[in-house]
Amino acid sequence: MGHDTAHHESNTKRIWYVFVLLSVVTIVEVILGIIKPAFLIETTVISMKLLNWIFIILTIYKAYYITWAFMHMEGETKGLRRSVVWTAVFLISYLIFILLTEGDYIYEVFKAGHKSWDF
Amino acid sequence: METTVTNTGTEGKTWGGGNKPLKVSYGKMMMWFFILSDALTFSGFLAAYGFSRFKFIDSWPIADEVFNHFPFLHGVDAPMYYVALMTFILIFSSVTMVLAVDAGHQMKQKKVILYMFLTIIGGAVFVGSQAWEWKNFIKGEYGAVETKGGQILQFVDKEGHRVALHDIAIVNANKDREQHQSKNGIWYESEKELPTYTIQEIRDGFAKKSDLLIRTQILTEKGEKTILSREESLKRLNTDAIGIVEGANLIHNEYGTPLFANFFFFITGFHGFHVLSGVVINIIIFFNVILGTYERRKNYEMVEKVGLYWHFVDLVWVFVFTFFYLV
Repeated sequence: MGHDTAHHESNTKRIWYVFVLLSVVTIVEVILGIIKPAFLIETTVISMKLLNWIFIILTIYKAYYITWAFMHMEGETKGLRRSVVWTAVFLISYLIFILLTEGDYIYEVFKAGHKSWDF
Repeated sequence: METTVTNTGTEGKTWGGGNKPLKVSYGKMMMWFFILSDALTFSGFLAAYGFSRFKFIDSWPIADEVFNHFPFLHGVDAPMYYVALMTFILIFSSVTMVLAVDAGHQMKQKKVILYMFLTIIGGAVFVGSQAWEWKNFIKGEYGAVETKGGQILQFVDKEGHRVALHDIAIVNANKDREQHQSKNGIWYESEKELPTYTIQEIRDGFAKKSDLLIRTQILTEKGEKTILSREESLKRLNTDAIGIVEGANLIHNEYGTPLFANFFFFITGFHGFHVLSGVVINIIIFFNVILGTYERRKNYEMVEKVGLYWHFVDLVWVFVFTFFYLV
């Protein structure tokens, strides 16, 4: 779906397609969140429940479609796309990595019981 | 402008000036970079939420139990249905926005007006829903008891169903403790509204009703809250509990750690403020469309630019939804 500024064909078909896609993904998320299938909760992948991984992956999938289809990132030049998307992706990944690692460290310190907090 | 530019003799070459490598107008490019910086701000908030959550990973409140209200369904446990509905409303308003942008490309003023109008309505409904969600959260439902260490103890019956404070307390009719207001005694001193019950009334009621148990914040391996035995419950309530918590604010939170309430208020509040400003900007552009400003300008790029902002608000909500309600 390359976007050409010279002529403006209508994209309504694609818009509705993306809407249905986003809706279906949201419904799946809500259903999974309500049922919470036991095997998805019991399975742990990289110290997080599989169910949470599924939620996060589906969220990124939705974010991709919102950015690419609704915000029309797919039609922008490679330069603009990368300067926006790569900046966000790398900085956010780093921020999440460092904060979650530190959070987990503090959890371990609390758990070790050097400091009583449940009284 | 052209008169002020000195000719360099390199026009037409890559670095000769006048070259637009991103092939996009200044306004649209700046909207993208504003969105990028705003996205980093929200990521900072959400990552900080993740940090605090990892810190208390085994005692964080369970979102399904916190947000389980639905309009007109009182007392019905409806986890996430309402927030899912809110998500749909926002996604749908994003769709009408992109339809408005699409109609703008084809210079169809009437269609742009209709779709912009629907977008504004969707945004307003969303902000209203968020206000309702806040109201429920602030008001609370069952009430709880707070310990010296700031831990929250909740009450359950034998089946594990939550029990509200008003079903436990044996009200002491001769209560002599009243709210101290600045008009009484020392004029400049007053205190906050007193909770409905005193801790002693709850202790009395709890001791009488032998089927009541206390539920702590600690999560079991199955991801459920730990329920203490009757003896432990009595001990906990009589030695550690110091106060009553009803609802949630920035200092006390009956659902669990106050951090949860702080982040909830801050992040959904910041997002709600974005939605509100998005609605206001949309209204301004809506009137411009009606007045025919963009017909005269012969392009609807302004609609596209506010559209970018509006989609971004939707994009942030997708993440807030996941990290506050699902994960």
